[in-house]
Amino acid sequence: MSVLALEIGWGWMLAFKALVILLIVPLGALVLGYTFLLKMMSHMQSRLGPMDPGGFHGWFQLVGDGLKFLQKEDIIPEDADRRVFAFAPVIVVISTFLMFVVIPIGPVAVVANLDVGVFYALAVSSLSVIGVLMAGWSSANKFALMGALRAAGQLIAYELPLLLAVVGVVMQAGTMSLQGIVSAQQNGSIFGWSGIGNPFIFTQIIGFLLFMIAAQAELSQTPFDMPVAESELVAGYMVEYSGFRFLFFFIGEFGTATAFAALAATLFLGGWSLPGVHGLSAELLGPLVLFVKLMGVAFLMFWVRFTYPRLREDQLQAIAWKFLIPIALANIIVTAIIKVAF
Amino acid sequence: MSSTEQPVTPTNDSPDFKAVPDFEVAPGMQRHLADARVNVELDTGDMIINLGPQHPATHGTLRLVVRLDGERVIAADPVIGYMHRGYEKLTEFRTYPQVTTLINRIDWLSSFANEVPFVHAAEQLMEIEAPPRAQYIRTALTELSRIATFLLFLGEMGLQVGALTPAFYGFRDREHVLNLIESATGGRFHPNFNRIGGLKDDLPWGWIAETRNVMKIVLDACDVFEDLVLGNEIFQARTRSVGIIPGELGASYGVSGSNLRASGVDWDLRRDGAPYLAYPELDFEVFTHPDGDSFARYWVRLQETRESARMVLQLLDKMPSGPIMAKVARIIKVPAGESWVETENPLGQMGYYVVSKGGTGPFRVKIRSASFSNVSILPWMLRGVYVPDVVTILASLYFILGDIDR
Repeated sequence: MSVLALEIGWGWMLAFKALVILLIVPLGALVLGYTFLLKMMSHMQSRLGPMDPGGFHGWFQLVGDGLKFLQKEDIIPEDADRRVFAFAPVIVVISTFLMFVVIPIGPVAVVANLDVGVFYALAVSSLSVIGVLMAGWSSANKFALMGALRAAGQLIAYELPLLLAVVGVVMQAGTMSLQGIVSAQQNGSIFGWSGIGNPFIFTQIIGFLLFMIAAQAELSQTPFDMPVAESELVAGYMVEYSGFRFLFFFIGEFGTATAFAALAATLFLGGWSLPGVHGLSAELLGPLVLFVKLMGVAFLMFWVRFTYPRLREDQLQAIAWKFLIPIALANIIVTAIIKVAF
Repeated sequence: MSSTEQPVTPTNDSPDFKAVPDFEVAPGMQRHLADARVNVELDTGDMIINLGPQHPATHGTLRLVVRLDGERVIAADPVIGYMHRGYEKLTEFRTYPQVTTLINRIDWLSSFANEVPFVHAAEQLMEIEAPPRAQYIRTALTELSRIATFLLFLGEMGLQVGALTPAFYGFRDREHVLNLIESATGGRFHPNFNRIGGLKDDLPWGWIAETRNVMKIVLDACDVFEDLVLGNEIFQARTRSVGIIPGELGASYGVSGSNLRASGVDWDLRRDGAPYLAYPELDFEVFTHPDGDSFARYWVRLQETRESARMVLQLLDKMPSGPIMAKVARIIKVPAGESWVETENPLGQMGYYVVSKGGTGPFRVKIRSASFSNVSILPWMLRGVYVPDVVTILASLYFILGDIDR
């Protein structure tokens, strides 16, 4: 096997992959949290955000926050179901880790190139809601319970449009493997012109928009942040969590945002591929290219998050069932017709 | 147990009392209290939840005991009094100039507007009147505090329905107005600037030019809020036909101010009440909205912010010269008598009933504050709405806890 065109043994390879997966989630959470939550939101709101920690524009702030959380007392409410309460944040973070397994960052640099990559990524992303339900239920807190049940209702409503939005891409690429989808975009052509390949955002723009809306709901970000709605439920299912367990939720939240942004970049923007870059340079540049695309997608997500008000739970269900799912189905039909016709 | 012993009704303290009915637990399994409590609540169908006294939606220490069926409110009961400071009683032990310090803290967002009716009541009893320039400056500062209060509302309402950014815009633009109030009075929040018979000081140099600039900022801010919040589809979906107050019902509950005008009742004390300050000489419009929902309340306050900015500009144009204090004795003694003065404050109708027995301090003061009456309609409004709507309604009614509890 090779990574970055170096021949190494499978044992080293395994260790390397494990290290990448273990690092990428906290790192992604840090980068997105710092760039968007701390700096972009601050500048949108005519503030500077943290400026001192670390010397340059407060880049160390989140690391410091993380270290602070680790020092905090581990508080478990008296009436809580202790084992479930303690285990819930772990499940949320695990689902984030699992998502990164199939996301390719280069021609060969992928932990596991599964044949059902997309299907797997979306399936494991839904695992986190089990953690959320466990957290809300075991906290013995009414606010937490309501938040958890809202999260569950949201998942049922939004898993369907999320999957249906991706079906168009899968049909066009002819494969569910993420590497296959990337190479289909890299080697494709737009009306015979193959200068930039064929990023599916052009043909699947409806699918892209649906995917982004549904991902926003999946991540419980505004306008779909009812599970944590801070003006109603204080912090929803997280209300009883503090210290490093809260840190787990935080990493889970932003790590999953990273994963979804990477997934959207892979499905619709060509992933790690850059027009005209092949071979070794593609392997070296791949992670960087994916990172830039991912940040672009994440910018859209967080722009919406910091601008829009929050919908009500019943309005969210209405949008999902009456609006998104019919459009997604129509999109699939149109894609199928075009695929067969041309 | 002997047969003569009476069966004791189990209380909370007795070991016989079981808050949770028993159900079968498999041997070896530990039953968790969390499971049991939740079970009971799901069985009975509704759950009682305390919104507040510490809750982000209650702007302080309002407590709402809400009975919920899932997400739907069956009944809601506001519990007030967590901030009661006994101002009505405290005024009886203060001299008239000292009382203004207290009443600054009733509605702390628009302190200057609070002072005006009380000072007027005292002036009425003493049969003096502040000189025209003092009246104009009072009017300008009252309108500025109205703008400051409403700018905060325009942002805060966005925050309560989930949008983070408008709140910061509201705070940012309000700061300009507070700077004006501070430069004129010396106090950002609690000016304590009114004296019986006039004002403490004249306006500082350059204040009028600076105010003109800030009014431009305010008008721009109103446009921003119109685009960012009022025009937003999600905001409209969240506020339209949520928390409707029918005009007549609102009036019978004592709801006043913008809340009542949003229900289509064309009633503004600046225009319709006994003439006070410089309002009779101003040309201004009173806005009403037929719907009476949360959206209408936001819309009315947005228009009133604009109108207030225009009124301030008018006042600056017409500002007369002259003294700012009437001739008043050094030690103020108010002749015996009673007077009632009500004004249109940012939150609604604010009135003081002052009874004097001829001393240096009032004998009795009754304070009619707007928020107290405004929240009295909450139990009626909150029946049957969803939990997120509770927050929308609380935010759109716009009360200040100091104004409720006094």
